[in-house]
Amino acid sequence: MSEYLLLLLGAALVNNVVLVKFLGLCPFMGVSKKMDGALGMGMATTFVLTLTTAATWLLEHWLLAPLGIQYLRILAFILVIAAVVQFTEMVIRKSSPALYQVLGIYLPLITTNCAVLGLAILNVQEKHAFVESLLYGFGSALGFTLVLLLFTGLRERLALAQMSDMLAGAPIGFITAGLLSLAFMGFAGLA
Amino acid sequence: MIVPILSLTVLGVVLGLILGLAARYFKVEGNPLVDELEALLPGSQCGQCGYPGCTGAAQALADGTAPLTLCPPGGRAVVAALAAKLGVEVDLSGVQDAVPSIADVREELCIGCTRCYKVCPTDAILGAAKHIHAVFKEACTACGSCVDVCPTEAILLRQVPPTLQSWSWVKPGSQPLAANEGALAA
Repeated sequence: MSEYLLLLLGAALVNNVVLVKFLGLCPFMGVSKKMDGALGMGMATTFVLTLTTAATWLLEHWLLAPLGIQYLRILAFILVIAAVVQFTEMVIRKSSPALYQVLGIYLPLITTNCAVLGLAILNVQEKHAFVESLLYGFGSALGFTLVLLLFTGLRERLALAQMSDMLAGAPIGFITAGLLSLAFMGFAGLA
Repeated sequence: MIVPILSLTVLGVVLGLILGLAARYFKVEGNPLVDELEALLPGSQCGQCGYPGCTGAAQALADGTAPLTLCPPGGRAVVAALAAKLGVEVDLSGVQDAVPSIADVREELCIGCTRCYKVCPTDAILGAAKHIHAVFKEACTACGSCVDVCPTEAILLRQVPPTLQSWSWVKPGSQPLAANEGALAA
């Protein structure tokens, strides 16, 4: 039990996808202007990541490995990820039109969120079992959501702060992201 | 050889089937008026009305937040069709059939101030300080924002010159005859 907890915590904090592995930076910079959009994006990514880690594990161990066609891994994974994202988009559009409006263009972009493919491939590389894969994906998604929310909070305050035109907007966002990343490196001491 | 091809095909077919079923099951009933209005619009997604594509424009029309005359490429015919669909009277005198146009830089007047290329919403203007600017005609939507900022009136909206690919014989009895001939003469 405790090792599962460690895996979850390690994926969320110590090996944070965004700030330590530098995956999924597009939504991190793109959807971090407003809190509700960020929360929605975090939820959607969590949903997609958990589903795709499960789907890609099944694909890897039931189809690719038995047939010996692991060289098709990226192709097959992208196919599954794209299908899952499409499915999520339909579900969200049906169940929550408001959230659909907020997420806008970023929802289909989860397909190209490299964190999703990256985690699926990392799961294969680290030879995780099914439950471990699920937890790893879920933990990473939680870490992604946490960092996205933290960063959005910072940016909402930065939008009101006075600073020179040279820094306002994206530049100060990048600097903040760098500092946040440095702070998250501190979690390496936990491991 | 056959195994990877077959397995990927099967995977694609199965996923496609699931998505097709999901599309039917999770179908969202939109406002039917929006769909009907969108069918009347040209569907070229040019963005000259300021909405993201014709779907956005149809949505705004249905909400009543946009004037019926919002579509420059549609001209009179679209305004009349929209008015008939929405059951409102509209004054057609101010609407003219716009011919497709693009921004054009008059090189003898351009001073290379870069103001136009800063305001261009589609990045259709190429330029650098103190160099004569040029317009990418594929990207220009003729929104006219560059015309307003030019300090030397070097930018004008001009109709798209016909090329060998775009020119065609005018249909007998069709309206924009004069426009076409004008373009040819120029």
